[in-house]
Amino acid sequence: MNIPFKASDRRLSVLAKQRLLKMHFESGVGHIGGNLSCLDILLAVYHYVLSEADQFVLSKGHAAGALYVTLWTVGKLSDDDLKQFHRDNTLLSGHPPPQGIPGIQFATGSLGHGIGLSAGLALGMRLAGKAGRVICLTSDGEWNEGSSWESLIFAKHQGLSNLAVIVDENGLQGFGTTEEVANLAPLSERFRAFGLTTLEIDGHDLTAISEALSTSTSDGPLMIVAKTIKGCAVSFMEHQLAWHYLPMNSEQYIAASQEVGEL
Amino acid sequence: MRKAFCEGLLREHSREELVFLTGDLGFQALEPLRSSLGQRFLNAGVAEQNMVSVSAGLARQGFRPWLYSISPFLYARAFEQIRNDVCLHQLPVVLVGNGGGYGYGVMGSTHHALEDYGVLLTLSGMDAMIPAFDSDLTSLIPMMFETSRPCYLRLGVGEQPKDWQPPVFAPWRKLTSGGGGVLIAVGPLAGAFWEPCELMPEAMRPNLWCLSQLPLGNLPVQLLQDAATCSRLLIVEEHVAHGSAGQAVMTELFKLRCVPPFVRHKTASGYPSGRYGSQRFHRAECGLDTLSVLSFFGGENPA
Repeated sequence: MNIPFKASDRRLSVLAKQRLLKMHFESGVGHIGGNLSCLDILLAVYHYVLSEADQFVLSKGHAAGALYVTLWTVGKLSDDDLKQFHRDNTLLSGHPPPQGIPGIQFATGSLGHGIGLSAGLALGMRLAGKAGRVICLTSDGEWNEGSSWESLIFAKHQGLSNLAVIVDENGLQGFGTTEEVANLAPLSERFRAFGLTTLEIDGHDLTAISEALSTSTSDGPLMIVAKTIKGCAVSFMEHQLAWHYLPMNSEQYIAASQEVGEL
Repeated sequence: MRKAFCEGLLREHSREELVFLTGDLGFQALEPLRSSLGQRFLNAGVAEQNMVSVSAGLARQGFRPWLYSISPFLYARAFEQIRNDVCLHQLPVVLVGNGGGYGYGVMGSTHHALEDYGVLLTLSGMDAMIPAFDSDLTSLIPMMFETSRPCYLRLGVGEQPKDWQPPVFAPWRKLTSGGGGVLIAVGPLAGAFWEPCELMPEAMRPNLWCLSQLPLGNLPVQLLQDAATCSRLLIVEEHVAHGSAGQAVMTELFKLRCVPPFVRHKTASGYPSGRYGSQRFHRAECGLDTLSVLSFFGGENPA
């Protein structure tokens, strides 16, 4: 399935959300909340931003479902592929695999790796004199990891302007809110304190996301703090920690699907 | 061995795929490499986890990253990055750990690398190179550019006797011959034993084998013949017993039903006295000194 570029944002978002819910329901798998919080970001990146020369790294590997569905919307995965999500003998494991899926460069899932991996890709592009850039999507909770900050220091020091880091700021992490667990709010101010160009946007506005990613920087990575809603578009999932983990039953799936809307 | 390592990499400086990253170390050793490589030499700072992740990204772009630090700062600090970012993707990243075994001596336990290759060899596709002599680096470094696998290079202190040219680098090298049994030494320890072995009467002198590469391939036929025809076998290494080369060798010998009657394995046993000292001091505490090792050969059968 290949959605034409500049197709209606709403149509694209609804289509992807419906497919995501179906995939999770059929496989009986959780992590729906965090997938719904970043799905619009992934759609904007893949449909409006990434060029052939660019590369993408999903640092929040627990959003593999959202990535797989996004790859389906651009024709890199088939409907049959998605039916294998979380099954035995599948390439579509709960977190991205190290090889076998076009466009997925790295196995991620343990948090705090993606920014360093992306910095290495960006540095390699620069050393090789290649055009293009690297876009990395992180969660907000993974900024608890010291390695994330190590990588940010490196990327800034090396002046990696061909790197953009998007934070999916949904405010919930593994066992509490980001404010309760290890409060770094406002995250954008932490990034600015590093001297980094930092934008704050609505992470469910595809136009805003793609416009933010068109910002150029001269001396380091572009930071985008995307305010999102965990479980976005499904009222009983929104802002609920439980939907970081839980699978849906039949009634919940039907209700969620109705709330996401029709094409 | 650092100087020989630097000289070896300098000879490869024209390889465009070579990128060198250091964790803020290399004073009075790596300056020539820094000058030669220019922007392909990066001081990644005191941030080893990031350094390993960055190297994976570079390798994905077609580069051959060589990472350098004090050994435990790499293999222990950044283990998950080595596991996930490098080994899961089978990327050709070389981890260079300086100070193998008790190499950092009285600098203390945080700097010692006593479980390095044992830990790293649990990872998929990882090779470990343990050169014994400075001259090993001459052939070893070009060889390491040819592999497509992750690799660990353990740098120690080469103990090459004066006026003696060791055989060219190989996973297994036989350094002395005699009728006293078999002595297998891992890496630089072999150099420490060569001259004392040569001075022993031939009947007591062990067949000294130097092991420098793991995981083990097939054991050399000559080693099997030596083991099959002797009564004493001793394996020595500056590494803890768990995950050691000695355990791997013994497993192979056992499978081949080629185990001599008297077998010992001397390893790094940490800090038995709770005191710290030179590499020589720690070796002696673990029974890895020349006197303790060679007393196993000749005389009465060991208890």
